[in-house]
Formats: sequence, structure tokens, C-alpha cells
Amino acid sequence: MPTILAVDDSASMRQMVSFTLKAAGFGVIEAVDGVDALSKAKTGKVDLVLTDVNMPKMDGISLIKELRTLPNYKFTPILLLTTESGADKKSEGKSAGATGWIVKPFNPDQLLATIKKVIR
Amino acid sequence: MGIDISQFLDTFYEESFEGLDTMETELLALNPGAADSESINTIFRAAHSIKGGSGTFGLNAVADFTHVLETLLDEMRDGKRDVTQQAVDLMLSSVDVLREMLSALRESADLDSERITTVHDQLEAMLKGGDDGKAAETAPTDEAVDGVEQGGNSKWTVVFKPFNGLYRTGNDPVRIIRELDDLCSIVSEIDLSTLPEFDLLDPEECHLSWTIHLDGDITEAQIKDVFAWVEDDCELTVEKVSSPHADVENDSDASAAVVAASEETIDAAKETETPAATAPAVKKTPAAKKAAAGESGSIRVGIDKVDALINMVGELVITQSMLNQLGEEFTMDRVQRLQEGLVELEQHTRELQENVMRIRMLPISFSFNRFPRLVHDLSSKLNKKIELKVSGEQTELDKTVMEKIGDPLVHLVRNSLDHGIESPEERVKQGKPETGVLSLNAYHQGGNIVIEITDDGAGLNAEKILKKALEKGIVKEGDNLPPEKIYDLIFQPGFSTAEQVSDVSGRGVGMDVVRRNVKDLGGAVEVISEPGVGSTFTIRLPLTLAILDGQLVRVGDETYVVPLISIIESLQINMDNVNSIAGGAELYKLRNDYLPIIRLHELFCVETENHELSGGLLMVVEGDGHQAGIFVDDLLGQQQVVIKSLESNFKKVEGLSGATILGDGTVALILDIPGLVSLSRHRGDASASTQAAVA
Repeated sequence: MPTILAVDDSASMRQMVSFTLKAAGFGVIEAVDGVDALSKAKTGKVDLVLTDVNMPKMDGISLIKELRTLPNYKFTPILLLTTESGADKKSEGKSAGATGWIVKPFNPDQLLATIKKVIR
Repeated sequence: MGIDISQFLDTFYEESFEGLDTMETELLALNPGAADSESINTIFRAAHSIKGGSGTFGLNAVADFTHVLETLLDEMRDGKRDVTQQAVDLMLSSVDVLREMLSALRESADLDSERITTVHDQLEAMLKGGDDGKAAETAPTDEAVDGVEQGGNSKWTVVFKPFNGLYRTGNDPVRIIRELDDLCSIVSEIDLSTLPEFDLLDPEECHLSWTIHLDGDITEAQIKDVFAWVEDDCELTVEKVSSPHADVENDSDASAAVVAASEETIDAAKETETPAATAPAVKKTPAAKKAAAGESGSIRVGIDKVDALINMVGELVITQSMLNQLGEEFTMDRVQRLQEGLVELEQHTRELQENVMRIRMLPISFSFNRFPRLVHDLSSKLNKKIELKVSGEQTELDKTVMEKIGDPLVHLVRNSLDHGIESPEERVKQGKPETGVLSLNAYHQGGNIVIEITDDGAGLNAEKILKKALEKGIVKEGDNLPPEKIYDLIFQPGFSTAEQVSDVSGRGVGMDVVRRNVKDLGGAVEVISEPGVGSTFTIRLPLTLAILDGQLVRVGDETYVVPLISIIESLQINMDNVNSIAGGAELYKLRNDYLPIIRLHELFCVETENHELSGGLLMVVEGDGHQAGIFVDDLLGQQQVVIKSLESNFKKVEGLSGATILGDGTVALILDIPGLVSLSRHRGDASASTQAAVA
């Protein structure tokens, strides 16, 4: 059972993402910001990281950079949750090591479709 | 898979309101001209979250509105735009509009579209006013139009040469090829020519490239979409394998028609896509509305509080199993152990109770947070200079109490700003600093929370108050009142000294409502004031409305609960001090005061063998600033009782504030001391008429 680390400072987004993923049979670990995510990522291996960009303490871009320095997360798919207006965030995320992105707003079906592209 | 996302709406509203509060606080703290970038960031993040969430949950009006605000903030964040006072004010109004929009949506009320449009237009205007004209640039469809081709079967050749580092972004060429395979039929050729010798091979790098032939109903945009995540990590060429026939058509003047057709396709695609994406959200809203109308309310609790609870329950289970074991093979020599176990049980139960109560407790900052804005707005409206000082904002109190104390607090603060603190000119004339200070303070005292609102203004004018009270007939000519009694008159119904009714503070319905609201919560409000130095309003409230420290008393066979907080003392009745006065009322002389005696057995028609005062006890209580003596047969124990509403289970009964269930399962009624005291004060005529009826 693949485990997904869902990182977002918004509780409602976390709830929505986590509910959707669990309903589809994935394991989910939630984190509220980059710092939280990093410490949770270190305690166990997750199969996919889903992270928001704008978060307090550590934003999504810095989180990706940090994760990529960890041996366990060298090749792990990391998806960025961005808004369509954040085009520069996409390229910033890419150069930080993001695998790809999901554009907000998205509905549960779109989220699952994208995730299933990356992990089956 | 049909997930009902409306179930997350409540959380979204809650966090959005929190976000708006944060925005407001940060905006107010912002220093125009020299704004702190971290503050701007925080404001931006809050707006961004609201926009993201509202888009996701189908609240498009909110998303649209927030988008403009977010763009403005983004420009400030990037230093492209200065933070002016005008911008801050506009953003504050935007926060208000958003708050109204979200409240309206939550309660499924109508949106005030006029106001929304006004502020939205102001934001747009400010955005356009920027010299960079950034907003005009957004033309997102251009790209899409270029990429979209006519439908129908077509053949493509894709050459995909990933750079060495492709794997390091977590991408996988196989995944991409598989995705293409899902779209149409493919033939893929792998190019091994760049694969190094085995000893030189770095397995973490990508050394392969592919040539993929596609055949099917697929457009260039779809193909590029599959490669979107890796377009910067590879060399990619996508070529249409053209039949000679297609070449001719492409070169001909029919190309214009092709473009037109493709635009049509986009429109059609949009139309089919949009309803599908938003329909579930829209459909589900009525259900969510119903849920919200029920106003179940939720509370966010720190994990530590929940952990403490779980811990307590664990302890309780251990004690319970210990007692179980003891009971199974009980012998008299184990009485000691049993008692110890029971003590432990009591201790754990009490701790559990305290911890459960803590869940409902929130720091009063939730209520204080609205005041910086209020003071900011009011002081500019009143042309006064006012500094707000807040302390003790981490003091916790019950959520329900907090919700109910909000309005009275606002009223008192408004009152202090309007009537208390003088205009800057007046202050200078008085030799005071130009800027007035309003302090809000909160702290715990016993089982109460005390909230103080202090201003360094003119203080209350006793003369003026007295004159007004005489005019209104609240006091009589010749009543000799000490200053604190005079100040207390401002809490009388219909009292207002404001020479002109201002729209800032009340029109004479203020202070008495404040007192009534506070009293309804089982609290008290009082004022101390010194002319020229300022006034302090003090609100005293019980920490919670759910549990009460009570003294159990016996009257006949009935047990009543008296809130411990209102008891002053209890004494054996000395008949020498009992005076009967006209109308059948009795007074008890206690030191220099005469207290009305309340006979509970008469009031509640309880059978009792003891009608003589000499055989009983007098419990001196205070409610509403007045004292009275309650005649009871006996004092029983003191204990905490859980308050059950009499009103919701039975009906409102004068003199009683609720009921509780005692350890032995019987019901005990809780006395409403302020109610009883005022009852006893008005009893003169009532008892006279009763006696007349009896006679």
C-alpha cells in the first residue's frame, strides 16, 4: 500500500486531500508545514509527497530542496500544489527537484488521476 | 469516485475566518511605507489559502474576489508595489467584504453584490494604477490555442531525449511512455547509443532516449501535456507525420478556417468541462447549508489537551480494574485498599473533569483580537489619538462565555473611546499626553475570569450623572449617594449622558444591556473612576457555565444547591436580631445592615417541620450587589455540580437557575441567588397581598 505525505497549512485542503487518498486506498501522513513534513519524512519512507507552496515556517520549494538531499528521497516523486497564476512557482519547484505539479483548484477525481499517473 | 467535498466546508469556513483575523491583525500592525516583508508574506499566505480553498470548494465568488487581492499582495511581496495607507485601508475593507461573503455563504444568505463589486472595482483600479500594468498581461488561452489541433486520427513522431538528471526530479520515462500508451497506440524505439560502458555507468542517471510513434485520436497539446513536467529536463520534438494530402491543405488559405475551428473546439471543451467540474460542489451546497443552519458549532482543540484526556482515561481504567479485582475477592481486611482505590478514583474523575472542561477553554485573545481594528477605525472616525494595550490575552475561558461576552466588551470599549478619552487638544490642555491609552487586561481570580477595560480619559462626571439620573427619575432629590453608587447609575436602563447621540456608542440602551448580558452569564460588571484620571470597567465572569461549585443545603426533605461564589457567610440565627416589618417581611440585623430573610420553604411550598427561625441557619448571600439571608434547615456538603438546564428540560422557574443530579441519583435544584435577592426586595407588596388572601 503506497503511502503519501500530504503537506498543506490549510486544514480543509488537508482534510479533502487526505480523505480522497484514503478512499482510494492510499496510506496518508499529514503535515502542516515544511518543517513538520521534513521530520515526518525522515521517520519513515513515503512513496509520494504532495506539497502546497505557500506555507509558514518552511515553504514547499524549500521542503523539496531539503527532501532531495535525503538519500531516501532522491528519486521519490514530489508533486507541488500550485495555482495557475503561480507559473514561476512551477519552474522554481522544478529546479528545486519537484516531479510535477497539480494546479489548484482541483477536485478529488483530478487529484487521483494525477497521482495515479505517478504511482500505481 | 464521487467524493462529497462539501463535508470539508465547515473546516474551510473556520480556517478562513481565522485567516481573515490574521490578515486584519497584520494589516493593522503594518507600517505604511516601511512594511515588514514577513507580515506581507503572512497576509499573502492567508489570502492565498482562502483563494485556493474557495476555488476547490466551488465558492467562485470568493475565489474571484480573493484573486485580485492576492495579485495586489503578490506585487507588494515582490516589492513591485509600495504599501501605502490607502492600500492598507482598501485591504482592510476587502477583509470585511470577504468575512461578509463567507458568513453569507455559510448561512446561505444572499451576498451583498453591490458592496462586493464596489470593493472589487477599487482593488482592480489600484491594481491597474501600478505602472507595470501586470494585470493586463494575463492571456492564458493563447498558448492553448497554439497547441490545439484539429481532432481526428493523426500520426505523430516524438523524439524524447531526457537529460541525465531526469530521475532526480522523481520523474520516470517509463511512466511518461505508459501515459502516452493510455492515450493512443504507440510504437516506441529505444536508443541505446548513449549508454556508457558498464563500468562507467551511473545508475542514478538517465542515459537512454526514445523515439515514439503515435497513432490515434490525439492532439499536439495532449502530447505536450504528457511531457509538461519534464519539458525542461529533456530535448523534445513532436512532429506530425503528414500525409501529402494534409500538406496541401495546410499550405492553402484554409488555415484560417482551421484556427477558427480549433477555437470552437476549445469553447466546446470548456463548456463540457466546467459543469462537470463544478456540478458536484454546487449540488451538495444545500445539504451543507442545512447542516450549517443547525449551527452545531465546532471547536479546535490542541493535541496536548486531547492527549491529556486519553492519559486520564487510561488511569481511570486502571483504577477501575483494580477496584473490580478487589470486589471479586473482597474480605474485610481489604477495606483499607478499597478506600485508597476510591480516593484514587475520585481524584482521577476530578482530573478528567478538569481536563474535559479545558477542552472548551480558549484564550481570550480570540475575543481581544477584534479590538485593534475597532480602535484603529474608531479613533480615525473620532479624530482621537488612541493607543491600545492588551495584556493577559492568553487567559482562558469557556468558549460559550467568550462568545457571549464579545458584544458587551465591544460596547464598553466603544464607550471608553467615545466618552472616556478626550480629543488630543483637550488632552494637551489638561497637561496629558496627546495620545490616550486604552488597556484591556484579563486574568484569573478564583473560579472567575476578570476582564478590565481601562482608559486614561476624563473619568466619569458624577455631577452630570446625578443630574441626568434626577431628570430621568432614576434617583430622587435628596438621595444622598456615595460616588460609587452614582457611577453605578450608568448601568440603569434608559441612562445616557452623551449630550448628542453619536453613532459610535449607544443611544442610552448601552450600559444596562451590558450589565444584563454579563449578569445572564452569572457575572458582574462595575466601574471605578476618578475625574481627570480615567475609568476602569471590571467584568467578572465564571470560567464556565457547565459546572458550578455548590453548597448543598437542606430544607425539609429537599436539597438545594447554592452557588458557592454567592455565599458570604452562614450563621446560627439569633432571634434578638430578627425584626418583622409591615407587610410580613422579616429583616435580620447583621452588624450594621438589615438583610431581608428569604424563607425557602414558603417560596417553594416545601413541607418542613421547622418553621421557627430559631431552629435554623441563615445563609447570607449576595447577588446583584445586594445581600439577603436565606433561611435553611441544615448545611450539607460542598461539591461541584453539573448544571442541567431547567428551561430546556422543564420550564423557567423564578428563583431557580437550573438543576443537577446528585451522587445518589436524586435531583437537586440550583438557586438563582440574584433572582431570589431581587424577588425578596420586591416582596413587600407581594407578601402583603398573600397575607391578605390568607386572611
